[in-house]
Amino acid sequence: MNKIWFWLIVVSICILLYINPEIVLPSMLEASESTLKLCLSLCAIYSVWLGILQVMEDSGMNKKLSKFLTPVTRKIFGNLDEETNELICMNISCNILGMGGAATPLGMRAMKRLDDGSGDANRPMMMLIIFASTSMQILPTTVIGLRITAGSASASSIILPTIISAILTTVVGIALALLCEKYRKKRAKK
Amino acid sequence: MSIYLLPVLILFTFVYAKMKKVNVYSSFIGGAKQSIPLVVSIFPYLVTIMIMVQFIRISGLASLIAHFISPAFNLIGIPSELCELVLLKPFSGNGSLAILNDIFSTYGVDSYIGRCASVIVGSCDTVFYVTTLYLSQVKVKRLFYAVPCALIATLAGTVISCLLCRFM
Repeated sequence: MNKIWFWLIVVSICILLYINPEIVLPSMLEASESTLKLCLSLCAIYSVWLGILQVMEDSGMNKKLSKFLTPVTRKIFGNLDEETNELICMNISCNILGMGGAATPLGMRAMKRLDDGSGDANRPMMMLIIFASTSMQILPTTVIGLRITAGSASASSIILPTIISAILTTVVGIALALLCEKYRKKRAKK
Repeated sequence: MSIYLLPVLILFTFVYAKMKKVNVYSSFIGGAKQSIPLVVSIFPYLVTIMIMVQFIRISGLASLIAHFISPAFNLIGIPSELCELVLLKPFSGNGSLAILNDIFSTYGVDSYIGRCASVIVGSCDTVFYVTTLYLSQVKVKRLFYAVPCALIATLAGTVISCLLCRFM
């Protein structure tokens, strides 16, 4: 991440120096301003979802939900303590239901609990990142909305291919991660 | 159908909690309270990545890389019109939605390109954005294979999307 960020920024600024040096600083400020706006709306979204999630937690609903998913999570993430497992189960189900706003804070809390302070990411942490970044969604609501606005004759025709490719993306990601994990263990043994 | 999904789910949550004798009002407040500290802690990470996204877009670096990489993408079945979208997608959700809109107005929503782009945007999340957010809460320096795996999976998903759109 460090290297990618540094080089992309350096090359971009060099290009900008050549074509239009005046916009370097304004565009940084613009980016930060739009992030602030994004954060404000995120804050609003998180307040609502964290509120709802807290209610679910207090009523024990998330325990019920995580019972369903535990066989799956145990395979992928290994053995976790109960609370972390619950967080991850909720994270996955929120992602699937298209509540991205709710999934992110849950994922971050799970990450915090998974951190062992060694500075290295452990297996469940990496799996969680892969799961979240290839997350599947049953209904791509935002995209459908955009298609309707753009005047599509069949806005929802993309639902089926989207679901199939989303599932396959996640499967590929997890499979690759499991392969890497095996390879790493082998090397560690030598 | 789908418009009822979330409202009913939320209603169910509240009613179920009431039945379990939970004080829904104060429970909701307790949850909502956590949102501001959370957003404050992710803000610096987001600003940093957004500046980068802004730079590679306005400097034309994104379209330049897209131009060079498009023959390779063509080989695995990704049309060149979609290269910029595929490249920017891992970094910014909002950015890729903007490009998606561009694609709709340039090539038409119901064209092959338009449908393909929709499926790509709908089917996976923004790898770097998610990673940045998740890592903002922990002190992890080495990530090993997590990001490459997620990126390869995303690329595979893109190829699959392009294939699926030809038939469906």
